[in-house]
Amino acid sequence: MTVASANPDRLTVLDRPNSYIGKVVPRPNLERLMQGRGLYVSDMELPRMAHVVFLRSPHAHAKIIGIDAVEARRMPNVIAVVTGRELATVITPWVGVLSHLKGLKSAPQHAIAIDRVCWQGEAVAAVVATSRAVAEDAAESVRVEYQELDAVTDMRAALDPETPVIHPSLGDNLAFERNLDAGAVDAAFAESDEVAEADFIFGRHTGVTLEPRAVVADWNIAEQRLTVYQGTQAPHMVQNIAALHLGLADSQVRVVCKDVGGSFGIKVHIYADEMATYALSKLLRRPVKFVADRVESFNTDIHARDHRCKGRIGVKRDGTITAFEIDDLTGIGPYSMYPRTSAIEANQVVNLVGGPYRTKNYRARARVVFQNKNLMCQYRAVGHPIACSVTEGLVDLVASKIGMDPVEIRRRNLIADDAYPCASPSGLRFEQLSHHAAMSKLMTMMGYDALRAEQTALRKKNIHHGIGIASFIEVTNPSAAFYGVGGARISSQDGVAVRLDATGSVICQTSITEQGQGSESLTAQIVGSVLGVSMERVRVILGDTDNTPYGGGTWASRGAGIGGEAALQAAKILRKNVLDIAATILQSSPAELDIVNNAVVTASDGSPRIELRELARIVYFRPDTLPPGIQAELMATRHFVPREYPFAFTNGVQASWIEVDTDTGFVKLLKHWVVEDCGTIINPQLVDEQIRGGVVQGLGAALFEKCIYDERGQLTNANMADYLVPMSGEMPDIDVGHVVSPTTESELGAKGAGEAGTAGAAAAVANAVNDALKPFGAIITEIPLTPQVILTALGRI
Amino acid sequence: MTAALPISLEVNGEPVDAHVLPRLNLADFLREHLKLTGTHVGCEHGVCGACTVRVNGETVRSCLMLAVQTHGASVETIEGLSDSGEIADLQAAFRDRNALQCGFCTPGMLVAAQDLLQQETEPDRERIREHLSGNYCRCTGYQAIIDAVETTARARMGRKP
Amino acid sequence: MKASAFSYARATSVANALELLVAYGDKAKVLSGGQSLMPAMNLRLISPELIVDIGEITELRGIAVRGDILSIGALTRHVDLLRSPEIAAHAPLLTEAAAHVAHPAIRNRGTLGGSLAHADPASELPASVVALNATIVVSGQTGERRIAAGEFFTGIYETALSAQELLIAVEVPVAQKNSAHFFHEFARRHGDYAIAGLAAQAIVQAGLFTELRAAFFAVGDRPILAKAATKLINIRITPAVLAEASATLGEELDPQEDQQASAAMRRHLAKILLARCASALLGPPAAGGPV
Repeated sequence: MTVASANPDRLTVLDRPNSYIGKVVPRPNLERLMQGRGLYVSDMELPRMAHVVFLRSPHAHAKIIGIDAVEARRMPNVIAVVTGRELATVITPWVGVLSHLKGLKSAPQHAIAIDRVCWQGEAVAAVVATSRAVAEDAAESVRVEYQELDAVTDMRAALDPETPVIHPSLGDNLAFERNLDAGAVDAAFAESDEVAEADFIFGRHTGVTLEPRAVVADWNIAEQRLTVYQGTQAPHMVQNIAALHLGLADSQVRVVCKDVGGSFGIKVHIYADEMATYALSKLLRRPVKFVADRVESFNTDIHARDHRCKGRIGVKRDGTITAFEIDDLTGIGPYSMYPRTSAIEANQVVNLVGGPYRTKNYRARARVVFQNKNLMCQYRAVGHPIACSVTEGLVDLVASKIGMDPVEIRRRNLIADDAYPCASPSGLRFEQLSHHAAMSKLMTMMGYDALRAEQTALRKKNIHHGIGIASFIEVTNPSAAFYGVGGARISSQDGVAVRLDATGSVICQTSITEQGQGSESLTAQIVGSVLGVSMERVRVILGDTDNTPYGGGTWASRGAGIGGEAALQAAKILRKNVLDIAATILQSSPAELDIVNNAVVTASDGSPRIELRELARIVYFRPDTLPPGIQAELMATRHFVPREYPFAFTNGVQASWIEVDTDTGFVKLLKHWVVEDCGTIINPQLVDEQIRGGVVQGLGAALFEKCIYDERGQLTNANMADYLVPMSGEMPDIDVGHVVSPTTESELGAKGAGEAGTAGAAAAVANAVNDALKPFGAIITEIPLTPQVILTALGRI
Repeated sequence: MTAALPISLEVNGEPVDAHVLPRLNLADFLREHLKLTGTHVGCEHGVCGACTVRVNGETVRSCLMLAVQTHGASVETIEGLSDSGEIADLQAAFRDRNALQCGFCTPGMLVAAQDLLQQETEPDRERIREHLSGNYCRCTGYQAIIDAVETTARARMGRKP
Repeated sequence: MKASAFSYARATSVANALELLVAYGDKAKVLSGGQSLMPAMNLRLISPELIVDIGEITELRGIAVRGDILSIGALTRHVDLLRSPEIAAHAPLLTEAAAHVAHPAIRNRGTLGGSLAHADPASELPASVVALNATIVVSGQTGERRIAAGEFFTGIYETALSAQELLIAVEVPVAQKNSAHFFHEFARRHGDYAIAGLAAQAIVQAGLFTELRAAFFAVGDRPILAKAATKLINIRITPAVLAEASATLGEELDPQEDQQASAAMRRHLAKILLARCASALLGPPAAGGPV
């Protein structure tokens, strides 16, 4: 169901005959992937290519006393064993800070540790050999002498005076702190009829992309150029960072990104082992391949969400929420991740708590501390699941206190759909959201009242079902406000070049990247629609810094909204250029012509005038037949970045229907619903599948996923048998609905949809579990909601 | 005896003679020796299902089988199943339903789904979910995959007399 | 994550396999289905010098009924257990247990003998053969030994099998008249190792257990044949009877704690399993639900 756009004229360019916009169109790249004929970095081989294996620290914190690699170096087929000190001659260290995150500090991080290791899994040496297996054999014979140091593991103790400081030069273990105080919080709580508070605990988890991180670095000393084949979401960022730390010009680095086996934010960062691989290629003058194995992935892919957040909410008897207050603490590992920093998630939590609601009274503190665990950084829906779980958990708690239905209290407090534009207490500016429309749609989709009746009936049979609701807001289409203003050379704009080739086909180069979201498809859909060309004639090129315009890539739900608009604008220019030259050829005027179905037609009656193929033939091969002074330009390039709003916020609401076996603590997910508003929908199927995939990542967090560290900083479940990802057997069917409020920042009107599912899923499940457990008086504010946690809360064990 | 051993087998219907080290697993043999890179490696300890192939008509985790164990066997990979047209309808259903995003799990998922469809003509959604429960997909949330397999099962039923 | 180098021998017979095992001792590992061995090798948790592949030994295959004994060859795969009409008829507990082992592709390779010899305390088949009062047949250079399943499992990944012996078959008494079975496990996800499970074989007459062998798994270092089950024999199960049996069960179990569950939780789940077993096989107790 669609809410009509405020300005129906805006979309004319996309509403043309044969438009692909808003239609389900299969992605052009699927066939290759389904036949096993994709090209992932892990598939790549180059002549003389060597394989690197990193010897990794078994200790969370230790001094490196010595490294003896004599035996390893002697082994057959071993090319080199390189220590951190040796590698530092070709690559410089980095510090993961940004100036707009005031006070954020971190220490220099090396590609390979030099004197000290700061987490279990940090590389201490690189072993390069002709095969991965041989390199692993050799790595086993490298002897490293360590002097173990005290490890800082519990984030709650990281700031205690007696806790060792991980980086003494920084003075303490506090990486970042942000405080916010908006409205009159104390007065609001004082005037509240009820106040609820809770400590919310979130398990540390990680992305578990099915293809591990992989890179092939190829330094061609003759060309003085480094080619990096990498599964990355941000090729130009990788180009810039690699060049910067290897002492090269950006133009000496080419980053190529073919098929990528999952990203979710895991592959948008600069990892030490990837930097080491670039450097090794330079040092050894040959291609070097690094593919993390699964254990390495768990130990080194960024982790996320390890937060403890104390939350408080006040409410009037009539359900009016008076104030929110949070105190968030998160441990990010020993370094702030480069270059996006590890302060963003806590910062987002501060930004987003209370976001869907009207109250202006909000106080927040967030502290980010160092610890000797793997690094944490941005992973899908950065901060959203925490903010949403805290906000929605508090709303349910306080609703319960005043005996109000969870839906009713939300309806009384969600920002009205006609109140936009407006701003949140944390300063977020909302252009147009649709919380109430979304909630109404959700109620219809899920049959809320009937489910409540069913729940009541089942309770009499000692069967405990629960309903959980979670409204949310979502950050998409980030402008330079995200990273650029802090000094990061991470582009927030994207570019698209479109050209009509000599046979009337279209080649389109875009700076956004594809990891399965459908970037290629949406670009082709937009270009095909605007140009009047069928999609199979549009070929999209992406993921190559030599062959695409400069841009940010695909992350933070920006591909469709930013890259899509650039495609639209570029296609409009090309269309104009095509019509200009067609008018010349046809001795007509551009205004009288249109392009439909790969041919120039008379706009008024659609009668065919000249095929694009024929037009292109004339332009490219018989320009001599055109009048003097006419030069056709069948290529156009446009860039786009949102300027008015720092972020295009979207909104939505999720609901979860679950059963708790109160004997065993097992939760069964029965059904899940999502209504979201991402503005203009380019391809409904792709949007829905983004939402579903995102929901399941959130469901994993809610029930299963947790990186379990022991008190010595050892990750104890770094394999897929012990780290539980969501599998098909336990996941529910998910119904997805939409409300459409296009952004007026772009002609396309599209906002992002990549975070929405993950943002609210865990909150909905946690609320549903608490709803199911209501008769038992148990309240749980911790995820994952394992049987152990639930049985404990029920007092059964 | 750690030296390479000779093996003879059939891969996607073609005879293959090779010398392989005992420690080489079938996934790496397919990918590195035969360049059949459609068989993906996701965990190398038998949990993720990305490396699922068929050996003598039955699905196996190719990371949990040694190449030397395939001596005399018939191995089929996603490339073979695609070229023969055996799973063309299943692939079409995956395409129509967008039952893949990054595509890394897809070859293993297709092999596992075809295995179910060969064994049961009318699996319900729960059976499909159960049969695919050893194949990890991080992108889709599984529903589209279940839909595509269900659609294919129904279509194949309809085609039968 | 690549296995260390090893030598490989494809055994041609049991005798040939035994020769290799005697020659190499602890340095050799028997490769049956490989579904536990291969992950351990890939992770370099173990690095044997020699792999003795018994996969081609035909004498280790086959399912046959001889008198009142069902004999199952060591190389019988989980999928064979699932599909065998003989197993379904004479030891249906195994059919049901096999369905809970991992996932289809694993069940196509994993073998009964491999699973028993591996002796993972959380796995389904060791407990099932204990419940079935089966006999494990092992072969060594001096001949065959028959070991009662209840005595075969000696600890976590430990059995009565020596490094020079080969598990060749399992002999299961065929199900008698009035026999009934129960299999259930609590696992976080489909195909995961259980955090508590129960394989039980019973004889039910006139609404009473006249015999009940309840083998719990994942609640100790080996399958635990619960003595508590004797409290349920030849007695009408009331909540009080069940409570007493539960209490006894709680005392006799000494479960390990791990990431999935505390010892207390495992004990609790074992009690739930016992109650559900009684309820499933006899119907709910007269007054009040079992738990």
